[in-house]
Amino acid sequence: MDHSNYQSDYKHVGQPYSRKDAQKKVTGQAQYAFDLELPGMLYGKWLLSPHARAKILSIDTSAAKALPGVKAVITGEETDILVGLYMQDKLAMAKGETRYQGEVVAAVAAVDLQTAEKAISLIKVDYEPLKPVLDVDEALDGDILVHEDINELKHVEGVFFPQKDSNIASLNKANRGDVDKALQEADIVVESEFSLPAVAHAPMETHVTIVQADPYSNRIVVWSSAQSPFALRQMLAHSFKISESDIEVNIPFVGGAFGGKAGIHLEPLATLLSKAANGAPVKLIPTREEEFNQLPTRAGMRGHIITGAKKDGKITAVKVVYDWDSGAYADYGVNVGKTAVYSGIGPYDIENAAVVSKTIYTNKVFSTAYRGFGHLETHWTIERQMDIISQRLGIDPLDLRMKNLLEPGSRTISGELISESSGSVKDCLAAVVKEIGWTGRKTEEERRKEWATGKVRGKGFAVLQKAPAMPANTSTSVIMQMTGDGRVKMMIGAIDYGQGANTTMAQIAAQELDLPIDRVEVVENLSTQTNPYDWNTVASKYTFMGGNAVIRASRDMLRQMKDIAAQVLHSTADHLAHGGGYIYHIHNPERRIAYEQLALGYQYPDGSGIGGPLISHGVYMADGLTNLDHETGQGKPALVWTFGAHAVDLEVDVETGSITILKVASAFDIGQVINEKLIYGQICGGVLQGLGSAILEGYKFSPDNRLLNPSFTDNKIPTMKDMPIEVVPIYIENPQKNGPYGARGVAEHPMISVPSAVGNAVYDALGINFHVLPLSPEAIVLGILSGKESILCTDVNCLPGCY
Amino acid sequence: MVHHKECSLLDEHIASNQRKVSLTCVVNGVEICDTIDPTMTLLHFLRDRLKLFGTKESCGEGECGACTVIMNGKAVTSCIILAIEADGAEILTVEGLAKDGRISILQEEFISEDALQCGFCTPGFLMSTRALLDRNPDPSEEEIKEALAGNLCRCTGYLPILKAVKQAAERERKELKK
Repeated sequence: MDHSNYQSDYKHVGQPYSRKDAQKKVTGQAQYAFDLELPGMLYGKWLLSPHARAKILSIDTSAAKALPGVKAVITGEETDILVGLYMQDKLAMAKGETRYQGEVVAAVAAVDLQTAEKAISLIKVDYEPLKPVLDVDEALDGDILVHEDINELKHVEGVFFPQKDSNIASLNKANRGDVDKALQEADIVVESEFSLPAVAHAPMETHVTIVQADPYSNRIVVWSSAQSPFALRQMLAHSFKISESDIEVNIPFVGGAFGGKAGIHLEPLATLLSKAANGAPVKLIPTREEEFNQLPTRAGMRGHIITGAKKDGKITAVKVVYDWDSGAYADYGVNVGKTAVYSGIGPYDIENAAVVSKTIYTNKVFSTAYRGFGHLETHWTIERQMDIISQRLGIDPLDLRMKNLLEPGSRTISGELISESSGSVKDCLAAVVKEIGWTGRKTEEERRKEWATGKVRGKGFAVLQKAPAMPANTSTSVIMQMTGDGRVKMMIGAIDYGQGANTTMAQIAAQELDLPIDRVEVVENLSTQTNPYDWNTVASKYTFMGGNAVIRASRDMLRQMKDIAAQVLHSTADHLAHGGGYIYHIHNPERRIAYEQLALGYQYPDGSGIGGPLISHGVYMADGLTNLDHETGQGKPALVWTFGAHAVDLEVDVETGSITILKVASAFDIGQVINEKLIYGQICGGVLQGLGSAILEGYKFSPDNRLLNPSFTDNKIPTMKDMPIEVVPIYIENPQKNGPYGARGVAEHPMISVPSAVGNAVYDALGINFHVLPLSPEAIVLGILSGKESILCTDVNCLPGCY
Repeated sequence: MVHHKECSLLDEHIASNQRKVSLTCVVNGVEICDTIDPTMTLLHFLRDRLKLFGTKESCGEGECGACTVIMNGKAVTSCIILAIEADGAEILTVEGLAKDGRISILQEEFISEDALQCGFCTPGFLMSTRALLDRNPDPSEEEIKEALAGNLCRCTGYLPILKAVKQAAERERKELKK
């Protein structure tokens, strides 16, 4: 990728600067929570339930307590600390009953990790295994309740809707028009079901956390590999019934997150251990196996969709039910379920639509946010269905989509008006199909010819949309300070965990203040003691919201400089401009003052001073959003949509079933490129994560719901050998009026709809519709064998290639 | 009054169970002599004893490559190698890549191609690449993929890493000719 190809009209915005923290990361200097050691620090370890559902009859910790070097041993019996984001459904440690294999039952803190591990091996737990709720079907039957107290669970009311005496943590829905009538009047009705398993975020640094809880006060200090320090502080305060200001959260470099480190995870457990160990700092380092089977996942999902269309390809009705296998606790899962409603029919203008989304408890490892927040899953349903409709109608899938996509004047399912400023999904789709040279689907004859070679090429594409899924009153803030040498340091409440947002923020400030990029810096190693508030570093919202806050902080700083400069230059602020590190008079640029002369207050020749240290701030609050009406799903949930499309060119080996991705073209209407190099990184990384979901990844459970593949050997993520041969990024720049320089976020979007495009391309290659992810070699071969007579000899014992 | 007897870190059970062994090796050009627990991994020796925190642990089972260092010219996953296996060996870690206060060509190319995001896997990638280029200064794309397929990265999608490695190889070859 040649990053100099992108041409920007701006001096700093749009320039492909290297990320500012890169040198620390290539020299081993970057310190992660995993690297931190504190004086007197203990190491924690914990015992996990081996059963998906069991009664805890007794726990004997006496041998562990007696082991020299052990400083604390705790069990769920001794504590009632509730954790939970939207539903207060989870205890910091299991008490009386375990709800998934991997739930924490007991924990120790000891002088070193080996001693802690040894102590854990000495704890004896007597369980009575109970019949677990295996999947969404059993859960919906409702014979066994994962949470028998579901009717009493505290939750965010008016946003989430747990169903009485059921396993449904929340049921959210939206309705528009009259779907049943429209389905009756449709020329064709297509009904399909699609599903995909839970997958792991697999950040390279696991959820490492250190907590020191002062035994003599409420004070708790946290160092964590987390992506949302302020949400963590709020929830920890809530769990321990103390003030937020009693808690200090420190975030050093974070080794990957992808949504899995939003919210609160091991911090309550570490707090309990630190308290039990008389206030010593306690470090918890989950192993990779624990990361897989204890810490949350992306939920499995089943989408049932019924679509009605007219012969000309106009879609008149869609009815979707999403069932989320969210595991034992709701965590972010209920919010994923909610998001699946207002974004649940994809970027289409469909007059009659009904979506029901159920976040369902089962006895599995629980689910949370994961890059795309449900959209990869819903688009697997929507975009595969669109391809099947196009097959049934005999209409090119490009034409079918173009006929139905959102455009200015359209309304989304929640009633939001799409305008010129919303970006264009049509522009994205047009760009990617052009890039892969789409000329229409293969004919059966063409497939047959290629089949003889053992490898069949296929092309496919899919569109996507996503807006930040966040509360209607989400906000962020920036504090900007100028140092005596005229440089700028910013403190922001959000985290740069690899997406490069701190560099993006510096570019925006450099642009606003007209300073060289190396004179602007976002302070690393965030602390809630010093940095101003941000809701959560999630949802692809940082560039948009943080960028707007940085613009405001920069303009506030310029105003302060001009106010002082006006006095010194005997002028007024509106006669002054800025540039090149100076405030100058617009009619006489030689009447000027350098930023550094103003930075700490201007000093007159007689020694006296005016002004003072330059400190500014900027805040940005989401504007005009509302909660959704529970019955109709109407409201304004989306601050900014980012639309996109992927097109895939692939090759299927018909003997082994393996898929080679030759090319992925990905277009996003991001409004304005702020740093092409960083966006390219998001696209390459997101596309490969999407390909992981498409062809490789997925949790596998035993008949009693134990996770069978908690390791990188058995639960593979893509390696360098799995990457596409070519990824072509395409940037569409229809500006967002209220975005920073017109920009929109694009961190999650590269992952969304990649499986859909792959599934559609596999259909093009093989003429077989796949409904279940991943499209592993095994799945492809089984599909071929059980699938189409026109492709394969009907005798399944016959060798591949025989016709 | 004694409420509770507590043994220290160097208590009897640790002392009685753990025979110590001596280890001599060269790490980043510095000769190291130490006495260690024979069950200690090379990774923990580097991090816990030498305080070289650049080498990371991500899986602890030799599956992800985050802990890769170079031992006697070969890239090894230090989490599944015992420190005593490094007795007499020469070890290079990420901290040893920069020379004379300047970062290496390989590190420069990782920066300019944005071959890293969160950075946690980066030291491992750099060391696997260093070992590759030391034995094969002009690797083909397939050879690069083969050499780096044992290193997992969840952020970058690998394409920027591939480009960085190719460019570093080319620049290093030019340097050699000079």
